[in-house]
Amino acid sequence: MAALTEIAATEGSDWRDEIFAVLKAAEIRQVGYVPDAGHARLIELCRDDPEICAVALTTEEEGVALAAGAWLGGQRAALLMQSSGVGNCINTLSLTKTCRFPLLMLVAMRGEWAEFNPWQVPMGSNTRAALELCDVLVYRVERPEEAAETVAAAFDIACNGDLATAVLLSQRLIGAKRWVK
Amino acid sequence: MIANDPNLHRRLDRRAAMRALLEDRGDLLLVTGLGSTTWDAAAVGDDDRNFYLWGAMGSAAMVGLGLALARPDRRVLVVTGDGEMLMGLGALATIGVQRPPNLAVAVFDNGHYGETGMQQSHTAESVELVAVARACGFRETFDVIDEIGLRDFAAQIHNAATTLFARIAIRADEPLRILPPRDGVLLKTRFRRAIGID
Repeated sequence: MAALTEIAATEGSDWRDEIFAVLKAAEIRQVGYVPDAGHARLIELCRDDPEICAVALTTEEEGVALAAGAWLGGQRAALLMQSSGVGNCINTLSLTKTCRFPLLMLVAMRGEWAEFNPWQVPMGSNTRAALELCDVLVYRVERPEEAAETVAAAFDIACNGDLATAVLLSQRLIGAKRWVK
Repeated sequence: MIANDPNLHRRLDRRAAMRALLEDRGDLLLVTGLGSTTWDAAAVGDDDRNFYLWGAMGSAAMVGLGLALARPDRRVLVVTGDGEMLMGLGALATIGVQRPPNLAVAVFDNGHYGETGMQQSHTAESVELVAVARACGFRETFDVIDEIGLRDFAAQIHNAATTLFARIAIRADEPLRILPPRDGVLLKTRFRRAIGID
């Protein structure tokens, strides 16, 4: 397989589609997700792809266990969640760490750039710290042109080192949620 | 309701129940949950195709789902306790949507948290796990209260056309702890090797 970062640099124009191209090139076969506006496009692409089993979760920690099971069976998985969901994953990440399961979490940030809802701020402002406390390697994307290659790099290091990784997609990148139309 | 169950003494022995589920296991893959079901599986006999959870309470059923989706050519059995299942009850909703035909989830239900001093669990009061599973979309469910029911379920694990759920009523006792390896990397690596990965 070509280096994922090379594939990332040559694919389409929308950063969401470029991330999807990376997931495909990485042969990811299971994608666990809790619906989130920032991931809407990616969720749609995964659900429509016959090679990917898109698994809707009731809570994000289910996805951490799903990804472990997938790896046990020889498949690669990725998780899509919102920053608030990172808090739900904390104890389950002990499974990832103790067994050294590779893990790729794509986290759509809330509670930062121009956030309207203050209830999103406590988890959003502590997302990175919470992940790092659990020994998850954290990367952050601010600009669209960085998105795909960051995801590719995170997945590479996760699989090469049996490590947990998270890519934070900043709220500025995604666009703040519009509350009043 | 366990507290008032007149048949309490007739409930199944957990070790015998695990032995029955693993009898003639063929190429069955097993995931057990934090606590007693892991000791039960070890008591039947350690096996590279057993993945024991020693932590991450509430995760057993979802590990089973990821595994079953990854390996449609193999049968996957999750055996966990009522407390462990209750902590991840949403997993039944998630699995009820996916329903891979090669997955079976069995809950050893003694209505108690055996590892922490035998405090009562929700199933000793109002919660009926079989009803929860049915409401979540499981189309084949078993409420196992005797050896005949156990054998019926055990046979189905190898032939089912849809995801199975079984609640297996066991006695609230604490047999001797038989501990399998607890090195997570070892458990992961040997499991993958045993099924031809790595």
